[in-house]
This record gives sequence, C-alpha cells and structure tokens, in this order.
Amino acid sequence: MPKFMIWIAALAALIALPHGLSFSQQEILVFLTINVLLVASYRLLTLTGEWSLGHVVIMGVGAYTSALLTKKFGVFVPVSMLMGGVAAALIAVLLSFPLFRMKGFYFLIGSFAAGEIIRLLWKRFRDPFGGAKGIKGIDPMPDFSIGFYQFDFFEPTSYYYFAGFIVIICLWILWRIEKSPVGLTFHAVHWQDKLAQASGVNVRAYRTLAFAIASGFAGISGALLAHYVGTINPNAFDIDLMVFVLTWAIVGGTATFYGPILGCVVLTVINEIVLRELGLEQMRPLIYGAIMILSILFLPNGLESLVQKATQKRAGNGAAQRSPAE
Amino acid sequence: MLELLAQTGLNAVYAASYISLVAVGLVLIFGVMGVVNFAHGELFMAGAYAIVALYADMHVPFFVAVAIGLVFVGCLGLLMEKALFRPLKDNPLGGLVASIGFLMILQALAVMGFGVRMEHIPPVTQEVIAFSDKVRLPVARLYVIVAALVLLSALWYFLKKTKFGWALRASAQDPEAAALQGISITQTAKIAMFIGAGLAGIAGALTAPLVSVNPHMGHSVIVTAFIVIIVGGVGSLEGAIVASVAYAIVHTFVTTFYDGVLADIVGLCLMLIVLIVKPTGLFGSADRA
Repeated sequence: MPKFMIWIAALAALIALPHGLSFSQQEILVFLTINVLLVASYRLLTLTGEWSLGHVVIMGVGAYTSALLTKKFGVFVPVSMLMGGVAAALIAVLLSFPLFRMKGFYFLIGSFAAGEIIRLLWKRFRDPFGGAKGIKGIDPMPDFSIGFYQFDFFEPTSYYYFAGFIVIICLWILWRIEKSPVGLTFHAVHWQDKLAQASGVNVRAYRTLAFAIASGFAGISGALLAHYVGTINPNAFDIDLMVFVLTWAIVGGTATFYGPILGCVVLTVINEIVLRELGLEQMRPLIYGAIMILSILFLPNGLESLVQKATQKRAGNGAAQRSPAE
Repeated sequence: MLELLAQTGLNAVYAASYISLVAVGLVLIFGVMGVVNFAHGELFMAGAYAIVALYADMHVPFFVAVAIGLVFVGCLGLLMEKALFRPLKDNPLGGLVASIGFLMILQALAVMGFGVRMEHIPPVTQEVIAFSDKVRLPVARLYVIVAALVLLSALWYFLKKTKFGWALRASAQDPEAAALQGISITQTAKIAMFIGAGLAGIAGALTAPLVSVNPHMGHSVIVTAFIVIIVGGVGSLEGAIVASVAYAIVHTFVTTFYDGVLADIVGLCLMLIVLIVKPTGLFGSADRA
C-alpha cells in the first residue's frame, strides 16, 4: 500500500514540522494552516465560476460571531467556532439574493461592495462590534490534555496541532463534497450552465449552495484565527487579505483541489520565510508583486500545472498498463 | 443653514472633479483594453508623489511639477500596457492579478523612496475666494475643478471630433472590426493607457497639497472609482462623470451631516442597489455586460 504509506509519512512530517522552526516561524505556520482552509473553501466557490471579493469579510463574520458568542454568552470555544461557521453560511445565503443577480465582473464588484458594507458596519457600530478597535481579549481555547500531550494554547505548536486537526477534517469534507454528485453539478453549473439548466438542474440553488458551504468553512477559519490572536478588528479582514487569497488561488491554479493550497503554501513560504531570512524586509511587497506578475505571465495555468506535468511524466514512464489516473 | 448647504455643495463640486478624473481614466482603460486596472489608485498616488519629489523637495514650480507628474504617470501607464496587459490580452483574470502585482510594486517603491509617514507639502497658495463669511473656496481646490473641466472637455473633443478619438472608440466597441478597418489596436491601447493613467496622475498631483499623501492613499481612491464606474455603467464615460457628481454630492452631504464611515456605507449601498436593479449601470449598454 504505497499510497497509504505516503499519507502516513506526510502526517508524520506535519506533526514533526513545528519542532524544527523558530517561535515566529511557528506562529506563521499557524496562520498558514488557517489560510489553507480559507483558500480551499474559496476554491469551492470558484468551482461554480464565480470569483468573489467578499470571502475574507465572510471569514470575519465567523470570527466576530465566535468571539461575541464566547464573550457575551460564555459559549464553549469549539462550539462557538462551529456556530461562527454556521453564521457565515447564513450570511452568505442572505447575500446570495442580491449577488446572484450578477455574474462575472459584476459579481466580483458586487461581492466586494457587500463585504465592505459588512466591514464598515463593524467599524461604525461600537456596540456590539467594538468599532474600529474591534474586539479584544477574546477567550482562548481552553487548555486540555490527551494523556501523552498537554495542549497549552499560548504555545503556537499546540494551536497548530489543534487547528491542523480541524483544517484536515474540513479539507476532507470539502474534498468529499467536490467528488460527490453535488460537486460534479457545481462543475456543470460553471462550464455548461445552459445545458445543466436544460437538464433540470436548479442552477441558482446550486450556486447558492456552493456559496453557503464555502462561506461556512471560511467562517470556521475566521473563528480559528480569532481565538488564536485574541483580538480582531475590521481592518484585519480588509481587501488586502482578500487580494492575497485571490493571488494564492490564481498563482496556484484552480483546476485541481490542491492548486490553491499549493499557491498559498509556496507564496507564504517565499514571502514570510525566504524574504525575511534574506533580510529584504522593505522589499518584500515589491518582490511579492514581481512574483505575482511573473507567474501570471509565464505560468498562466498555475503552479499545479507544473505538478501535473511532473506526475504525468512519471506515470508515462512507469505504469502504462494502468488506466488514466486522476 | 443655507450657508452650510452652499459650502457643502462647493465641497461636493471639488470632490466630483477629482473623482471624475480618476473614474474616466479607469473607464477608458476598461473600455479599450477590457481589463480592470486595480493599480489605478496607485497611479493617483504616483502623481501625488511626483509633487512631493519635484515641488516639495526640489522646489520646481508647482504647475511645471504637475505637468511632469502627468507625463510620468502616463508613461507608467504605457509601461503597464506593454509589460502586462498586452501579453495578457486573452486572460482577463490575469490582467487583474498583474495589475494587483503592479500596485504592490508601486506601493513598495513609494515606501522605500519616501517612507510610510505622511508627507508634508507646503501649500501652493493660501488664497481663498470668499463668497460670504462661511462659504469659502480655497484657490487650490479651484485648480482641481478647473483642471477637471478643461481636461474632460478636451477628452470629449478628442474622442468625438478627431480621427484618433474615432479609432479609439471603434476599438473599444469592437476590436476585431476595428482591426479589419486598419486601426492599430496596439496603438489605440497605448493612447488609452497614456490618457487614462495621465488623468489619474494629474488628479493625484493637483490634490497632493490638499490631502494626506502616503503610500496607501490609493486604496480609498480605487474603491470610490469602482463605485462610480459601476453606478455610471462600466464603459460609459458620460455615465462615469454623472455618477461622479452624484456620488460626490451624496458622500459629501452624508459626511457633513453624519459621519464619514456612514457616507461610505451609503455609497456602497447605492452601488449595490444599482447593481441589483440595473446591473449595466445608469448609462451602460446591455451588450457589454
């Protein structure tokens, strides 16, 4: 079972990973883990062909909901995270009524406007959202022990294991959804919307469903973030982060499940670790911008196209008798 | 009360002037190149920094500095066309990502060259036209208003009355048919980029002494410009101007009587309503949607 062995090895590598890193790199690793879920949920939305600029604000909805639930009502933290995701999905369903009257470029701008409105409402109303300063002193995850490992959530390593566990479960669900008949219908809605409609698919309902599911997982990632950093404000969910999510997805490529995740990991490692280590602090945005331009000019199908090329070559050399693998 | 209304009205005219300069440039670029230029706010910022470098630091006369700023930002536009938008012609999402990359580069250059703090620019003129005690128009704002009127009229004449302008509009309407008529698409794209970027540059240069100049000033500019071009109808220059005026009036009045954040919310809501009711905008034609 070589494939099984690969998964075990990958898991072991992920568990060992933080122990070789410095404290600040461990913190980056936590953010990276959360962002992986964010960008993977974004891909589910792009499956139906829509590119939203409101996804990060939806993530913020999850963060705000979970933070307020724990702060005002004393809800147990992991439960509040789940409810953050539910709230984000509900907001998405609400937003789908105006937004799905639009397509393409108009949807892009419309989703941006809707997101900005939500963000500015947080800014404007000090009660309960805390205004421009946001919410401080959000309850952390309560520490607990599973016998051989003591979870202390002020340690980034502990939170990395916890967030990683949640993110892997979420990714697995997202993967199952994509491979299910529902996921195939999402593809159909994107590439053959007229045909899908003619075959009795309620295109609008499936677009809303994709939007709600994607938003729900974005909300969970937001809640994970809120209970790690302990303070959230409207500027944490502004267009700057959205632009990063968009670039991760596009630089990685959205044809495969792993494309956006690959983009997120590679660009974050380049931006946060390589450029920092090289001492190019001020030049980071410049080099990042240049990388974005170069990759879109010379690698229009994303980093995933490199992986596909590499694996195809290997499959061609090795197993000719196998049926065409995915 | 009447005086407050008059003063707010004057403020709105000033706001409408620089917003329309930015938005018309954005529409022109979208119309001819078919690409959403996210870096447009940073072109505005580049125009403002041209004034910081030339007028505040090197003491070049203000209007000479503005003219150099216009040409400089126009050339940035040409650079974008050649390096980014021409190679990515068949990839609309790619053009968007490339312009975001360019935006980050421009911002980083501004930070590296001038630092993140706000720039102090000595006022160009302290003169104020006083209509009454409370209704006053600083001459520096008048410059912006006059520049908008002159430049937009010139652009209108250029587009409607000259051969180049006809070629430009033709390639915006139907690039293939225009190319068949012997119009060089590359040529018209260059002209549109130069004019569009130059308009953003001159708006930034003229408003530089009036606003806080910092590397991230382009953000609010691009958001406003997006609202305006959506409300006006993407691709419609007249629509962009009308929507600029309408947006400026609404925004200025809500800011004066309530607060700035609420004004932003109202502006975005207006845009959402237009998108829902008439997605092609007030002046947009259905076939471009």
